[in-house]
Amino acid sequence: MSDKNFPLLFERSKEGRTSYSLPELEIESFDLEAELGDVYIRKEPPKLPEVSELDIIRHYTGLASRNYGVDSGFYPLGSCTMKYNPKINEDIARLEGFSHIHPYQDPGTVQGALEMLYDLQESLKEITGMHEVSLQSAAGAQGEWTALMMIRAFHEANGDHHRTKVIVPDSAHGTNPASAAVAGFEAVTVKSNEEGLVDLDDLRRVVGEDTAALMLTNPNTLGLFEKDILEMASIVHEAGGKLYYDGANLNAIMGYVRPGDMGFDAVHLNLHKTFTGPHGGGGPGSGPVGVSEELAAYLPKPLIIKDNGTFSLDYDIPKSIGRVKPFYGNFGINLRAYTYIRTMGAEGLKKVSEYAVLNANYMMRKLEKAFQMPYPQHCKHEFVLSGSIQKKLGVRTLDMAKRLLDFDFHPPTIYFPLNVEEGMMIEPTETESKETLDSFIDTMIHIAKEVEENPEIVQEAPHNTIVKRMDEATAARKPILRYEEGEIS
Amino acid sequence: MEFRYLPMTSEDKQEMMKAIGIEDTDELFADIPAGVRLQKELDLKQPINEYALTKELTALANKNICTKEVVSFLGAGVYDHYIPSIVDHVISKSEFYTAYTPYQPEISQGELQAIFEFQTMISELTGLPVANSSMYDGGTALAEAVNLSAAQTKRKKVLVSDAVHPEYQQVIQTYAKGQEIEIIPIKLNNGKTDLIHLEEKLDDEIAGVVVQYPNFFGQIEPMDAIQKLLENQKKTMLIVSSNPLALGYLTPPGEFGADIVTGDTQVFGIPAQFGGPHCGYFATTKKLMRKVPGRLVGQTNDENDVRGYVLTLQAREQHIRRDKATSNICSNQALNALASSVAMSSIGKHGIRKMAEMNMQKARYAKKKFIKNGIPVVYEGSFFNEFVIQLDQDITKVNAALLEKGILGGFDLGKIDPVYQGLMLVAVTEIRTKQEIDQLVKELGDMHV
Repeated sequence: MSDKNFPLLFERSKEGRTSYSLPELEIESFDLEAELGDVYIRKEPPKLPEVSELDIIRHYTGLASRNYGVDSGFYPLGSCTMKYNPKINEDIARLEGFSHIHPYQDPGTVQGALEMLYDLQESLKEITGMHEVSLQSAAGAQGEWTALMMIRAFHEANGDHHRTKVIVPDSAHGTNPASAAVAGFEAVTVKSNEEGLVDLDDLRRVVGEDTAALMLTNPNTLGLFEKDILEMASIVHEAGGKLYYDGANLNAIMGYVRPGDMGFDAVHLNLHKTFTGPHGGGGPGSGPVGVSEELAAYLPKPLIIKDNGTFSLDYDIPKSIGRVKPFYGNFGINLRAYTYIRTMGAEGLKKVSEYAVLNANYMMRKLEKAFQMPYPQHCKHEFVLSGSIQKKLGVRTLDMAKRLLDFDFHPPTIYFPLNVEEGMMIEPTETESKETLDSFIDTMIHIAKEVEENPEIVQEAPHNTIVKRMDEATAARKPILRYEEGEIS
Repeated sequence: MEFRYLPMTSEDKQEMMKAIGIEDTDELFADIPAGVRLQKELDLKQPINEYALTKELTALANKNICTKEVVSFLGAGVYDHYIPSIVDHVISKSEFYTAYTPYQPEISQGELQAIFEFQTMISELTGLPVANSSMYDGGTALAEAVNLSAAQTKRKKVLVSDAVHPEYQQVIQTYAKGQEIEIIPIKLNNGKTDLIHLEEKLDDEIAGVVVQYPNFFGQIEPMDAIQKLLENQKKTMLIVSSNPLALGYLTPPGEFGADIVTGDTQVFGIPAQFGGPHCGYFATTKKLMRKVPGRLVGQTNDENDVRGYVLTLQAREQHIRRDKATSNICSNQALNALASSVAMSSIGKHGIRKMAEMNMQKARYAKKKFIKNGIPVVYEGSFFNEFVIQLDQDITKVNAALLEKGILGGFDLGKIDPVYQGLMLVAVTEIRTKQEIDQLVKELGDMHV
């Protein structure tokens, strides 16, 4: 075992050491062993760590120092919208009147919570231009699936049982086809054209009587606005299908154009992206769903309604697809998003999109001198460059991403979307300053120069991180998914 | 209005537009069809400064009655437990909460190791060798387990006990619809899964059997008998939803032959926060390791043989499988899994047994008190920290009266089914004091005629 190994909490454990502070029992003790018998009492306690409180704090402080967040530095991870996570959001979410309320309290005792949720529903309706919004879905992928289940219910209610296919562009997020499959649809791919946009002829070819929906991200994952959106909408609608908006890239268009006005019938939003809910190292998120009037009858239960100044939970949705999640969505994340929307207002949100787009275009123009830009037109909030020039010199995009780690940057999303060779997808967001962007641009140009002059330094990167490239092949071939006592690696 | 999250100065803006070769940022939006471009400002509340917003939202929070100001006996899937102070200190570290999914292991070892430790703790509690990095919540984790059982066995029917949390049952129904899985409910007998009905419905078309242990009514299901019934149906999976705190004292479902164990770790360090976000867990056998939904963290070494962790077995995941995926989950509840890990570490190996036992002891004290005061306790079976009392009154009114006395009463079972009218599910956790329990019994006794 290398002495560079950071110990697991289990390895810091020592028999008899404790960190808990439990209340007093105060009462007579009942004989649980007699009551439950041998079969139901666990024989060995679960091997949780035996550590002191300081052990725990040191452990997690150490782990935190081995992690990188937006607060650590620039995080231009395309499609993930890694913007600053405002601190007031965290404070509001921790107010006891919000954090310590039980979902089964009488609605009369949680009017403040319901009012916030109602107001958020209304705000998101306005931002997206949709008729109704449900806050139930836990994350973007669950939002996709929720909306597809509603589209499915809609078609079935119309006797359209043959609408079994969901069309997804080849540049789409992987969750789109996966959500379609889980909702019981077959995913069909529509190609992109040379401009990086959906090929309308191919769309006309794949659309038909079996089309349930087209799922679209707009701007798409190349950061390009699908300018033929109205024509696409009419192609899909004329065939009887529905148009679905993946809100992953909403950060590009707030206050400029709304999915509802573009003809979309259903949308999901990622509150943890556009609306600053922190990513939390992978979650929790929140993925509200907005729908047209026609689909509103199928929304999941419950909705938040307002009647005579009183807020309540509405379960009376006869055609509802049912429940998608226990309770009322990820309230704590919704609350953070609401705090953000109130901080920014309409004026601020439009500026968010303006600057997110301005920042991305600035970076693109600065980087096109050193990297190939497969889609050189103006982008929206993100753009994808290709490492094809560097690949010819024997350096992969993965290598350049790893080299960025040496300069304390989080690398962009790489090898996505799938239709760009050696792709690197860069989304700066609006919360980064010009100085930060310039510093990243200079570093990228420096790395491109290294590729020409000293490729090994890039190919062997990272050099400055606490661990080097990991052996992922062995991890997958011989999986070790938990700690085993006494195991020496 | 100034916006403190937007660092763009007018000088920056001019320089950047010049570099791009535009006069106005509107040119960057010229590809949006004119006809649909928004012609008005969004109709939202005016932006508001930090001080005023904090004041306004604090007032909104204060409109809610929170469990810190009343004594709560409300559970039914979400519980009021001791949360060690250190939990919030750890999850407030911004290297954790402002990070994305750990796709770059070199700079994400902290998160990856924390998840690896979470997986280990869940594996220990459930008695199964594999646990994933977490799911949205207990309800969706269970629904994913149902879908997995159908995909794995290539069967389309699943038996679900009526003693599974009613909202979890509803989520299962919605998920099952997408995969056209038929859900067959199994009746109850004295607050537990009816074994005769279960046996009757169990045949070689059944993909999985779903029970909750301890169940929604607090009762401890006859796991050994259920295990025996399933011995004749080797292919049928046993899926168990468990409160992980209970597993600090009770025999883990893995020892009763469970193929999948799911649940919610809200009980460990996560406040109720009106029902979410909480944190689902998903544990299973080695055999199903490559079928697990969601993310898994695995241990490996770097080029210099330094131990480290990576996301692994990603070939299962939606972003690779795309249209062949059996699950579309793409995130986990990392920050809440971290909160639960810290709480579990703090409670520790012996504390967890003590804490689970204390829940059972105090709940038994409450039960005994009720019976002594003439309030019937409905089911006779062994239970964890919840039990059902019969008041034969409108529970909404009872709870309103209790609230006047500063008590948040139990769950009104009549809300899930009219047959349970007049029944209340009472949760007694370790933080309830003798005096609080005595007061609840007294108040209910006074109302009970």
